[in-house]
Amino acid sequence: MSTVPKHFAPLARLLHWLMALMIIAMLFIGAGMVASVSERHEWLIHLHKPLGVAILLLVIVRLIVRFSTTQPPLPADLPGWQVLAAKASHVLLYALMLVLPLLGWAMISASGEPVMLSSSLQLPSIVTANAQLFAFLRKAHGYLAYLLFLTVLLHLAAALFHGWVRRDGVLDSMVRGKDRG
Amino acid sequence: MVDRSSPGPSRPPLSTASLILRLSAIAVVVVALAGAFAYVNGTFDPQRLTPKKLINVLETNNGVHPGFRRNHSKGVCVIGHFESSGEARNFSTAQVFNKAQTPVVGRFALPAGNPYAPDNAVPIRSLALRFTQANGQQWRTGMNSMPVFPVGTPEAFYQFQQAQSPDPATGKPDPKAVPAFFAAHPESAPFLAWVKTAKPSASYVTETYNSVNAFYLVNAAGQRQAVRWSMVPVAQDAPGAAVGEGKDFLEQDLVQRIAAGPLRWQLNITLANPGDPVNDASKAWPEGRKVLNAGTLVLEKTQPQLNGECRDINYDPLVLPAGIEGSDDPLLAARSAGYANSYLRRTSEVSQLPAAPQETRQ
Repeated sequence: MSTVPKHFAPLARLLHWLMALMIIAMLFIGAGMVASVSERHEWLIHLHKPLGVAILLLVIVRLIVRFSTTQPPLPADLPGWQVLAAKASHVLLYALMLVLPLLGWAMISASGEPVMLSSSLQLPSIVTANAQLFAFLRKAHGYLAYLLFLTVLLHLAAALFHGWVRRDGVLDSMVRGKDRG
Repeated sequence: MVDRSSPGPSRPPLSTASLILRLSAIAVVVVALAGAFAYVNGTFDPQRLTPKKLINVLETNNGVHPGFRRNHSKGVCVIGHFESSGEARNFSTAQVFNKAQTPVVGRFALPAGNPYAPDNAVPIRSLALRFTQANGQQWRTGMNSMPVFPVGTPEAFYQFQQAQSPDPATGKPDPKAVPAFFAAHPESAPFLAWVKTAKPSASYVTETYNSVNAFYLVNAAGQRQAVRWSMVPVAQDAPGAAVGEGKDFLEQDLVQRIAAGPLRWQLNITLANPGDPVNDASKAWPEGRKVLNAGTLVLEKTQPQLNGECRDINYDPLVLPAGIEGSDDPLLAARSAGYANSYLRRTSEVSQLPAAPQETRQ
């Protein structure tokens, strides 16, 4: 009985690629809307809020999938510091995927604005209105979004390094379900 | 990724040229993505008008007053409610027009960036309101006593502010810059015609406050009607009422009058005819438009802005309930974006605000 998979489970791969698209879109939407005074600002905000909640729901599903499926192991010859970097960056990615939508939700709550996902769909406030708390949460949301973008870039560079330089099957484990050939 | 796998089949080592090529390809992918991000966030586009630039120019012109709004900095909170007449019910599903009463937290202010400016410094007064509906949705509106805005676009507004900026050489604004701006912006003619007739009013209470920007009311059938609205005072002073003494006469007058009894405004909603400019706040709509009397604003007490309920409200004109929508007036999005930037700056500085005077507390 072979218990060590070489690839991520199909659902894990689906969630990874779906969320990769959503998160990169989200980071660009966020960066674009705070740097615009045009109508773009308005329609980007209207995308940003429901997309953020969708990411929050999906990351919860993804954490459940992560803990209920077996992950392919890292190559045995991977240097220790790269193993550490891989593990730490994955913890950071999951933490930021979970925390950023919650910070966005909390900061709107703290501003005293109703948390509207559309013109009539409203979420409850998760903190009481408080100006100083708003300022803290709003800044944390912005800085941590930049940290997420940097972590995504690192993740992308490392994945391509595995695929193109080390050629050790790590990239393949997320790209496809079967071995080549 | 928890365990390490046994070594796989050995791979042929890469030649130095191939290794360099592959590492370069990785760098290209990463740099392209980072570059696209930097383009989107404005790093590579210094000419783009951003919310930060809009608020920076206000700070340049007015100085930084930590904790205060970057514009309309001097004001006073008011508490009251709105009584719907039901007349707007057929045009909008918003609860504010359909329920008998909706609570309101508002703010009267002076459109200047200095919270210590004397009340006669500018002839314009503003009224911002937040209606909180029973269903939790809110309607926020920032209205001004002028009927039209001096310009129609955020870019022109920014240039107008730049024309008022101090010259680095003299430390004073160039006296020729504002006339030159108006000469280059013929759309400001209706505003300038109004300014000629406008005098600094003796009271916040006798002013009419206009939405200036256009919005849409949306009814249950999904029909959209372009509108502008005004709060028209029910009480009027005799013409030529004396302007009060001192630099803070507006707030003193308001506190006195409200202590004598609630103050009322009628919410007039003007319906646009087809073809009326909906996306240009510098243009008035012709006379003779149908006007709804949507109800009555009743203001019952004041609070100092330093610790009143209005202090931490961002009167973003695009916080709207279902049944009211923004128009494609480009100033609306710019107000929303600029106010958000000002709000973050001032909420970061709450601890630097001076203490509220006790005697004005109602």
